[in-house]
Amino acid sequence: MPVQVVRHLDEALDALAAMPRAEPIAGGTDLMVEINFGRRRVSDVVAIDRVDELKELRTGREFRVGAGGDTRIRVGGGVTYTQLLTDGAGSVALWEASRTVGSPQIRNAGTIGGNLATSSPAGDTLPVFAALDATVVLRSREGERRVKFGEFMTGPKRNVRRRDELVLAAEWDDAGPAQTFIKVGTRNAMVIAVASLAFVIDAARRRVGIALGSCGPTIIRAADAERFAQGWLEERGWDRPRRPTEAERGELGRLVAAAARPIDDVRGTAAYRRHVLAVIAARAFDRLAVMT
Amino acid sequence: MTLAPPRTRLRGVVGESAPRSDAPPKTQGSFEYASDLARDGMLHGATVRSPHARARIVRIDTSAARAMPGVVAVLTSADLPTDELFGLMRRDQLVLARGEVRYVGEPVALVAAEDTEQARLATKAVKVEYEPLPAVTDPVAALQSGAPQLHSFGNVIEDVRVVHGDPKAKADIVVSGEYEIGMQDQAPLGPEAGLAIPDADGGVTLHIATQWMHEDLGQIAPCLGLPREKVRLVLAGVGGAFGAREDVTLQIHLCLLALATRKPVRMVYGREESFYGHVHRHPARLWYEHGAKRDGTLVYVRATIVLDGGAYASSSPAVVANAACFGAGPYRVPNAVIHAVGAYTDNPPTGAMRGFGAVQSCFAYEAQMDRLAKALGMDPVELRAKNALRDGDEIITSQPVEGSEPVANLIRRCAAMRSPGEPDTSDPAAMPGGVGNITRGEGVRRGTALAAGFKNVCYSHGFDDYSTARVRLVRERGEPVAYVLTAAAEVGQGIVLVCEQIARSVLEVQRVVVETPNTSIDSAGSSSASRQTWMTGGAVLAACREVRTELERRAKARGRALEDFEVADLLDEPIERTVKHRHRPTEARNETTQNHGHVAFLFAAHRATVDVDVETGLVKVVQVATSQDVGKAINPVAVVGQLEGGIAQGLGLAVMEELQLRDGQIRNASFTDYLLPTMLDMPPVVCDIVEHPHRDAPFGAKGVGEPPTISSTPAIVAAIRAATGRELNRVPVRPDDIVFGTVARSGWRVTPGDDPRKAARTE
Ligand SMILES: Cc1cc2nc3c(=O)[nH]c(=O)nc-3n(C[C@H](O)[C@H](O)[C@H](O)COP(=O)(O)OP(=O)(O)OC[C@H]3O[C@@H](n4cnc5c(N)ncnc54)[C@H](O)[C@@H]3O)c2cc1C
Repeated sequence: MPVQVVRHLDEALDALAAMPRAEPIAGGTDLMVEINFGRRRVSDVVAIDRVDELKELRTGREFRVGAGGDTRIRVGGGVTYTQLLTDGAGSVALWEASRTVGSPQIRNAGTIGGNLATSSPAGDTLPVFAALDATVVLRSREGERRVKFGEFMTGPKRNVRRRDELVLAAEWDDAGPAQTFIKVGTRNAMVIAVASLAFVIDAARRRVGIALGSCGPTIIRAADAERFAQGWLEERGWDRPRRPTEAERGELGRLVAAAARPIDDVRGTAAYRRHVLAVIAARAFDRLAVMT
Repeated sequence: MTLAPPRTRLRGVVGESAPRSDAPPKTQGSFEYASDLARDGMLHGATVRSPHARARIVRIDTSAARAMPGVVAVLTSADLPTDELFGLMRRDQLVLARGEVRYVGEPVALVAAEDTEQARLATKAVKVEYEPLPAVTDPVAALQSGAPQLHSFGNVIEDVRVVHGDPKAKADIVVSGEYEIGMQDQAPLGPEAGLAIPDADGGVTLHIATQWMHEDLGQIAPCLGLPREKVRLVLAGVGGAFGAREDVTLQIHLCLLALATRKPVRMVYGREESFYGHVHRHPARLWYEHGAKRDGTLVYVRATIVLDGGAYASSSPAVVANAACFGAGPYRVPNAVIHAVGAYTDNPPTGAMRGFGAVQSCFAYEAQMDRLAKALGMDPVELRAKNALRDGDEIITSQPVEGSEPVANLIRRCAAMRSPGEPDTSDPAAMPGGVGNITRGEGVRRGTALAAGFKNVCYSHGFDDYSTARVRLVRERGEPVAYVLTAAAEVGQGIVLVCEQIARSVLEVQRVVVETPNTSIDSAGSSSASRQTWMTGGAVLAACREVRTELERRAKARGRALEDFEVADLLDEPIERTVKHRHRPTEARNETTQNHGHVAFLFAAHRATVDVDVETGLVKVVQVATSQDVGKAINPVAVVGQLEGGIAQGLGLAVMEELQLRDGQIRNASFTDYLLPTMLDMPPVVCDIVEHPHRDAPFGAKGVGEPPTISSTPAIVAAIRAATGRELNRVPVRPDDIVFGTVARSGWRVTPGDDPRKAARTE
């Protein structure tokens, strides 16, 4: 398995274009597992973990002082979870999701680009990108494509990325502080999500994003629940913090659970997944509503 | 002659927390584990395994595999040198399956190739045609008359009855329940690995990570058709064992390949293969009934226990006996009937794992004790203390307890230990769900509960259990050096250090070298049953005493006392003594298991505090406190290590560790889905080490390894019950059980104490 180590984006894109069966490797925390399990046989590998152009992290100074506004956040495909956790993720939910990934060793190596390219329904950053309505920036020698996350991931471990394209970055508008990510697992760390949820209330743009992980073949946007929360916020006013009633929380939870398409598997039952989604969605609503 | 100056104080004697010499290399990654072994020109072995739980082998075609690049040998049962069977307690398994496979993962063929990838690909090219048969995977069903016979000798591996006092005793208050234990795995971090080197004399040397070299040898040599002397074992670095390395896995396979190819052959299981390659903890179904007087005095315990032995016997007979003997717990129970049966099924074989049968029944009888306390309106701690065993009391096999701290003291001390503080709701990582950010206190309820447990140390029921130690005291560059050789396997538990500290204390020499175990010396017995400190520690102690006696004799011959000499001055000739040390004999089991079958008992109590998010069913174990009678802590830090490690394993069984089976298939053979507790799951442990010496043990030191796994599981589950009010009659507890109150039902109606071979379906 020859490995070509590249240091520049152009070099990486050239290598991918030149070798029709080449696979990029970044942290290797997904790819090596696949190879070890014999699920994937790889002939050529392009190591992109030294490419600086992929490590760009633009979280905007405005974000750090907490204002909403029109700040555009950009996280390079080669940015590791550890880097996000130390330098700021430009999104509270993305920070929280990054914190739940694996162990320190995995967070040191694993990248956002790898999580996106793998497109596992259990990928922890993916519900966040869905809820933020983020754009995935893909680049090949032929140029750049910008795809909304909702169109990027098409199924379990499937997405629209062409083999010769790299995930250059993910981009989104700063959504402000009212956002969170919650992940359910039967271990307190280092666990694949049984169910997960990202919830974003972007008061500046009057927008709610709710997305579910590990609850179906792909990341699911809970559209009815988003509309319910949106309506609730319209009615109460986007800027006046107040707690939803128990009935309102319950209704939101019910709508989230209804959006899920869970199955029974070794990690949990479908019934539990629905139940727990309702619980964590209600909790997220409760926590976020007072933050807008 | 000059008087010797006062000896400088020895560092690292018995009772000190001496540092272990393997700690730096293990933590720095330079320790040589069995999987790191290598020889120039070695080949790599790989195993073809059955994908079926039960099937007839129609034919095996190895021609394609043999023709592949790099492939040097492909072996099937047709190539075996003998028809000998192997197996730990019963020889019931062929080295490679012939005619029939009995579980998913059973070895069918072997490959040796020049590199691992070629070997792996060749295993895929071995064509095995199977005719699948309906698999029997419910152990209770396997025991009923009319069930398909999985072996020519039937489906019962072992049948143990304990009948004590009046089997029909009546009581004022009666509680009963059905319980279930899922399949736990030892999951040692070091996978099975070894290196076999063919010897010039037609024999073979096997470097192997194992728990008991001599037992391996006794199974390997006949299967190879070689005399014992031609098979030599050397212990390789062991990356954890916990029972998983008591059975032969790749030992014979490696030797066969080395002998067939005349080349060194290495084999290392991958993580997934490791889950298929070794035996697991017995899943169990238990039906219990407890009777007590109104004042809480226990009157009787009746229980029926079915253990799933899987496809081959392994150590099931002894596990079944343990589940029965210790099935009433560390309490005075005047009347008892316990009927425990181990069943052959088409599930993966089960055998030894830390706690060995005592774990399964402890989960059930401790749940029963809490039920009883509730029915009596009594404090569960008081109920336990009131009935707890003390020296002179008989366990339900009529054997009296001897040399133990009164169990009531352990229970009371444990109950009185420092409690954890209130939950810190500002830090989600400290709450149920951990870093998943589940709760800031929403839905969280705290529960605390206590459990106690016990088991035997050393081998029981008439087994000729011994260990051998050779101690050689020499002078090197003017200094005395003691060399200690035993065949005891260091599996991480610290036996090397125990031997070192004992030798240093008895011989009063600073430099003690514990040599690499091998089979040039007689057996040390297994690193299991919490026995190595007692047995090999005892053998080293006895050998050192003999060496010391010789030193005294030499001193006396020169007209002075030993204290008047530098030890080195007495070593013009080295002194060497070899001692075979036995514990006092135990009695074989009789019809009703009423006899002195065990050497001594180990007791512990655990108190667990948990926070449970009752809405999500997620659990955070906040603290475990434990009181354990260890006899004597030869090395206190090592004892704490055993207590904490055992509790981690007990916690795993309580809330997450389970090999999930469906139709005999393992559904989660990976560390992605077989969840072991992490740092964030493991709570602080508060240890109360009680030292009540046993007169037969070296320095009074009893074994410490197993009790931490026995009562920690029921304590944690009882704490979850206290927090949730749920029944939780099964481990591991799953979120569903907490959220929906799911109760495990076997589907069989069994009257506790009755023969499970006469069970009736509940529908
Ligand atoms: C022990 C362990 C625990 C884990 N825990 C979690 C967890 O809790 N949550 C979670 O979501 N994931 C988890 N993972 C999975 C993995 O760590 C993440 O998905 C990680 O983000 C993958 O990134 P990587 O850089 O290591 O990807 P790699 O393994 O290097 O690559 C994965 C795939 O993406 C492609 N790729 C990588 N980078 C790019 C790029 N910039 N452009 C295009 N293609 C690219 C590769 O070709 C490959 O196909 C875990 C993995 C392990 C081994």
